[in-house]
Amino acid sequence: MDCKNIIEVIEIQDFYQRVIEMKMHSWRLAQICAVRIDSGYEMSYSFCKDYDMITLRLLVGMEEKISSITQIYPCAFLQENEASELFGVQIESLDPNYHHKLYRIEKETPFKEKG
Amino acid sequence: MENRKFLTFARTSIKNLFRKPATVGYPYQPADYPERMRGHVEIKTDNCILCGLCMRSCPPGAIRIDRADATWTINRFDCVQCGSCVNACPKECLTLLPGYTQPASSKTEDVYQCPKRPTPAPPKRPA
Amino acid sequence: MAKRSIIPFGPQHPVLPEPIHLDLVLEDETVVEAVPSIGFIHRGLEKLVEKKDFKQYVYIAERVCGICSCGHGMGYCEAVEHVMNIQVPPRAEYLRTIWIEMSRIHSHLLWLGLLADALGFESLFMESWRLREKILSMMDATTGGRIIFSVNCVGGVLKDITPEMLREISQTMDDMERELKPIMETFLHDYTVQSRLCGLGVLTRDQAILYGAVGPMLRASGVEYDVRMTGYGAYGDLEVAPITAADGDSYARCEVRLKELIQSFRLIREAIGKIPEGPIAVPVKGSPSGEYFMRIEQPRGEAIYYVKGNGTKNLDRFRLRTPTTSNIPPMLETVKGCQLADVPLLVLTIDPCISCTER
Repeated sequence: MDCKNIIEVIEIQDFYQRVIEMKMHSWRLAQICAVRIDSGYEMSYSFCKDYDMITLRLLVGMEEKISSITQIYPCAFLQENEASELFGVQIESLDPNYHHKLYRIEKETPFKEKG
Repeated sequence: MENRKFLTFARTSIKNLFRKPATVGYPYQPADYPERMRGHVEIKTDNCILCGLCMRSCPPGAIRIDRADATWTINRFDCVQCGSCVNACPKECLTLLPGYTQPASSKTEDVYQCPKRPTPAPPKRPA
Repeated sequence: MAKRSIIPFGPQHPVLPEPIHLDLVLEDETVVEAVPSIGFIHRGLEKLVEKKDFKQYVYIAERVCGICSCGHGMGYCEAVEHVMNIQVPPRAEYLRTIWIEMSRIHSHLLWLGLLADALGFESLFMESWRLREKILSMMDATTGGRIIFSVNCVGGVLKDITPEMLREISQTMDDMERELKPIMETFLHDYTVQSRLCGLGVLTRDQAILYGAVGPMLRASGVEYDVRMTGYGAYGDLEVAPITAADGDSYARCEVRLKELIQSFRLIREAIGKIPEGPIAVPVKGSPSGEYFMRIEQPRGEAIYYVKGNGTKNLDRFRLRTPTTSNIPPMLETVKGCQLADVPLLVLTIDPCISCTER
């Protein structure tokens, strides 16, 4: 079976609009992943419908704040908390926000620095 | 709900009363290990050339090699029996054999003496 | 408004040996809200990918979790193979498929046993696990490990299954299918089991999609979604169809898993019949550069493996989104409005694997 598996780089101003559209067309939120790159972070939001998968790629600066998508997809809370906790991505209006208590680890944002 | 039945398990229960147990009386009866089982790593020290590939390929870092003393050391309590060293060994002197390491109260290392080999002479520079 | 009280559930609870904690907000005996917290066993295994060779990391990936071990190894390898454009020999694809189907059987039987245990049906639990022991011995004989296979490697598999073993597996599948019948009968039709499961924790189709359910949880709500349909491994050659149920309650989830067992028996037999001869691995040269999202169907649902390589032997990032991560939000939804006594059962119906989730 042929199925799409694509990565789409998207700007922050179009992002929330796009996520709402995804929800309206009943795409399922599959995963959220943060990757540390030189200039900051790469946030990947994957959505699945039937057997297609679209990943929206957002480039976030080191100190840039992004808004949570938990208002649109409530199930995003675990993975967004994880991104903010392990990588230190600054995500606003997370609901519920665990404030670095999701993982009981000693070091704050252990995945932020390489190596 | 349609298709609701009573005492569906009675037959199996009664049968089980007369069947011999599915379990083995370990430790009074020895456990039966299949031939391929990855239990512990054995070394044929005669063939070992102390190349160190097993040490580098070991994910938990359980193997240590000392070239000066020609020893091959394994911490069996760190070993995860993945077989990475066995695949890496160029001389095929490592094997995974059935049977687990006996539990103990502290971690210990097993040291194996390998034949001492002359240190390879540095490659001759063309004159 | 009735007085509200908060009852902690977990992290140690008899129904499941893994640490998940829920703060249950109760009105009398009815659950109004559940606030989850995990994080007791975070080990940071994703970070280890930056320190270990990408070929070595297979062994770490498959030790993320005991039950889904084979799938994690396979998913990671397939993701790296996609990045590196490696064509895995067909025999290796078939062997992987046989092994992952065997681990699906073992995982589902484990879950059925745990379910029976949660119901208090002790002898049914024993019976399920007695059957599971057969598949474990089969896995031990073919791979050398009862649950941690260590057979996957980037570029193929490490061990071959001999024709005698294949015949034996096929025979075992027939035996198990026969022995599963009475167990299945009890799970599906018994009065006691039905009264505990029917109508409990209903998740509608729309809710399942909104909250991102995966695997048997999603299929039990009537959504036809099974990643095996995308044809990774040898599934492209085999006849797979998603097994669904309409009701979305706990009984439907049990039914889906039972029917998947039968499907797995059939898939293994089909794969054994079709397995081609040939090499089992191809040599791998160079290091991965690029990224890929790989989806595979684990026994517990869709798992996503993201691999990003930078051209060195250490990868930049490995991300593992496990089925339980996705299934926790819908589980919280099903818990709302149920009785306190049903909470353990509902937590169990998603087949939670917290070690996987926290990695």
